[in-house]
Amino acid sequence: MATATFRIWRGDEAGEFRDYDAEIHEGMVVLDAVRRIQADQAQDLGVRWNCKAGKCGSCSAEVNGTPRLMCMTRLNELPIDRPITVEPMKSFPLVRDLVTDVSWNYEVKRRIAPFRPRPPDAADGTWRMNQSDVDRVMEFRKCIECFLCQDVCHVLRDHRLHDRFIGPRFLVHVAALEMHPLDADDRREELRKAQGVGYCNITKCCTGVCPEEIQITDNAIIPLKERVADVAYDPLSKLVQLVRGRPRAKE
Amino acid sequence: MSYETIEHDVLIIGAGGAGLRAAIEASAAGVSVGVVCKSLLGKAHTVMAEGGIAASLANVDERDGWRVHFADTMRGGAYLNNWRMAELHAREAPERVHELESWGALFDRTADGRILQRNFGGHAYPRLAHVGDRTGLEMIRTLQDHGIHRGIDVHMEVSVVRLLKDGGRITGAVAYERERGRFLVFRAGAVVLATGGTGRAYLITSNSWECTGDGHTLAYDAGAELTDMEFVQFHPTGMVWPPSVRGILVTEGVRGEGGVLKNSEGRRFMFDDIPPLYTDQTADNPEEGWRYTQGDREARRPPELLTRDHVARCIVREVREGRGSPHGGVFLDIAWIGEKLPQAEAHIKRKLPSMYHQFRQLANIDITRQPMEVGPTTHYSMGGIRVHAETQMSGVPGLFAAGECAGGLHGANRLGGNSLSDLLVFGKRAGEHASAFARENPAAAIDESAVREATGTMLAPFDEVSGAATDVGPYRLQGELQEVMQGGVGIVRSAESIQAALDEIGALRERAARIRVPGNREYNPGWHTALDLHNLLTVAEAIARAALERTESRGAHTRADHPDKDAAWGDANLVVKKAPDGDMIVSRSPIPDIPEGLRRIIEEMG
Repeated sequence: MATATFRIWRGDEAGEFRDYDAEIHEGMVVLDAVRRIQADQAQDLGVRWNCKAGKCGSCSAEVNGTPRLMCMTRLNELPIDRPITVEPMKSFPLVRDLVTDVSWNYEVKRRIAPFRPRPPDAADGTWRMNQSDVDRVMEFRKCIECFLCQDVCHVLRDHRLHDRFIGPRFLVHVAALEMHPLDADDRREELRKAQGVGYCNITKCCTGVCPEEIQITDNAIIPLKERVADVAYDPLSKLVQLVRGRPRAKE
Repeated sequence: MSYETIEHDVLIIGAGGAGLRAAIEASAAGVSVGVVCKSLLGKAHTVMAEGGIAASLANVDERDGWRVHFADTMRGGAYLNNWRMAELHAREAPERVHELESWGALFDRTADGRILQRNFGGHAYPRLAHVGDRTGLEMIRTLQDHGIHRGIDVHMEVSVVRLLKDGGRITGAVAYERERGRFLVFRAGAVVLATGGTGRAYLITSNSWECTGDGHTLAYDAGAELTDMEFVQFHPTGMVWPPSVRGILVTEGVRGEGGVLKNSEGRRFMFDDIPPLYTDQTADNPEEGWRYTQGDREARRPPELLTRDHVARCIVREVREGRGSPHGGVFLDIAWIGEKLPQAEAHIKRKLPSMYHQFRQLANIDITRQPMEVGPTTHYSMGGIRVHAETQMSGVPGLFAAGECAGGLHGANRLGGNSLSDLLVFGKRAGEHASAFARENPAAAIDESAVREATGTMLAPFDEVSGAATDVGPYRLQGELQEVMQGGVGIVRSAESIQAALDEIGALRERAARIRVPGNREYNPGWHTALDLHNLLTVAEAIARAALERTESRGAHTRADHPDKDAAWGDANLVVKKAPDGDMIVSRSPIPDIPEGLRRIIEEMG
């Protein structure tokens, strides 16, 4: 039976890494080790988890410096001859140990205009949709709201522009609404102004950490940028704006 | 002890499918609504529901209808169901699904653009609206996103530990918020319990950490009755390897899409034992079963799609008789459909994306090429708080319950897909009637002495202990309880094993009272686990006491010492209640006569 050392962040912002040794078995994931340490050595170790199957997105943390779901990170993917560091996400205020205050994400969601369907098109009061139109949005609706993409995004993580940029998770959410086969709203002005789609400069870090393998940048953000460009920089509307003498908003 | 007071007309405890649906309904009725959840919003165990939501839309087979759904549900539940709940559920589920779509949920489609439906065990026709194998996520996200725009206050990471009453009536609840450990008192005209299941009382379970029977226990302690607690569903297919993922659900959708169960000899053992009640509807050869899964209306269902209790028992038999897989399960093979479908690999990935992902990531298995190893896992509590079928109100005025923590709908065994429709149908009803109750009964006074008593109990795990040792800690104690239940009150029980478990539960309860935890009140999972122990021990005892009482085998309840159905037990539910002296008492409650109209439906459709 092998033993590995887990270097886990303990305490608040003024906390420190502490080393714990744990026995490891075949097939174990990082969350198993953290929970074993919690049961045997550090009963008050703060950690969030629910499903332990990669479906709820609760156990987000940084493992060896990379944003990961602890429940989906197998120890046999990691070099166990040196300490495995486990630390909280950096884009959000730390509560304690591995737990961060992610409430900002919920506030952002509430500010985004909700789904607004077109009137039912079938005689029985329901809608008809093609599977291909549904499939396009399914990818975005797979999102488990683990917020790892928010954690890795440099606009939030390094530049702390939480008040101006909704982050990749919510650009995916807006894309799911905009491309929903039934939705009748138009969110492009909001995207450009309040939601700050222009701050994304397509480094694809978010796509890289998504545990659901959503092509966040290519399939959600870039099409949203194109839609915004269409409305904001459309030559015809520009002409109209010139005639009306109204200055165009700058990013 | 200081605390903050928060007022709502309706307080909803739990933010899974039932709680959110109740919140939306209550909010639409114009009352103020608060939702309390132990986790972050959108993480409740509902996200784990994979296969789909049962509703007789008749989009794939027009022979389906609410009558068939009703009869299927009653037969699946061995006729111990609350027949009025089963009727309301079957009648109202289609409307609830269409409503969900109008709020933004996206389901897989038929060729003509309607909601697609798939096959599941115990359902006569394809009935499950689904989106791949992540229907629960679609449902909870839709309710969450719809609900947050309706003025519902969500109190995240808050645990309720005690309900408050004034005379007989509910007045609120005492809680703590996990982040800082502060105490909260909710004052409310009505309370809806929507706390989910009890699976964490067992060692091998598909349930998340939250499913500790909180609602069952809060209601029981407040004087409400629990019913059908002996009926614990063991889902036939959980992962069995690697050890750290043991119990994680493998959706019935795998079998609905044509997956087959085999033992170590390569034999498709489900053909060996088909119950008489289902002989007429079950295929007698593999070819017919395959045609059924592919939508052939003339074919009968494969035996893999018999009810969950039966499939689970067959798997246990294979393993016990030495024909199991290397890690103590059996083989579930979907890869074989490559013989039938040219694009099988892409088909499997599209129909079962979560399963593909889960096995690839956690077990290093490619399910498009290799069989899975599966075995039974504790999955669902058919039992729960006894409620009035129309209103969902318990015996305690102002206290409502919906979803898994409420009992009655499923009888002795739940059909797959009926849980998600249960959440919507009865979540809506609970929200509707709780808001009406709150309007008629404005918030009453808070019992300060009860609050003091509750906060005192909550702080006890931090007390200094003089002399005596402080036991092994909350996690280990929880683990010991899980082993006791798994061994003594598991898939197959006997008077002897149950009595031994009851003795152990008594001893564990004494030790739980002495549990001490290190650290302070700020985000301290050790403390939270210690506080959850009371709930787990209460539901464990209720399950064991009811299981001891029911001296027959029926549905999910299998007694080795009473292996057959006993007609004398066929017309009674068991009710668990707290006696004035604090003892747990179990009594028989005769099932009211079923109206002639519903009886005829069962005879015609069953």
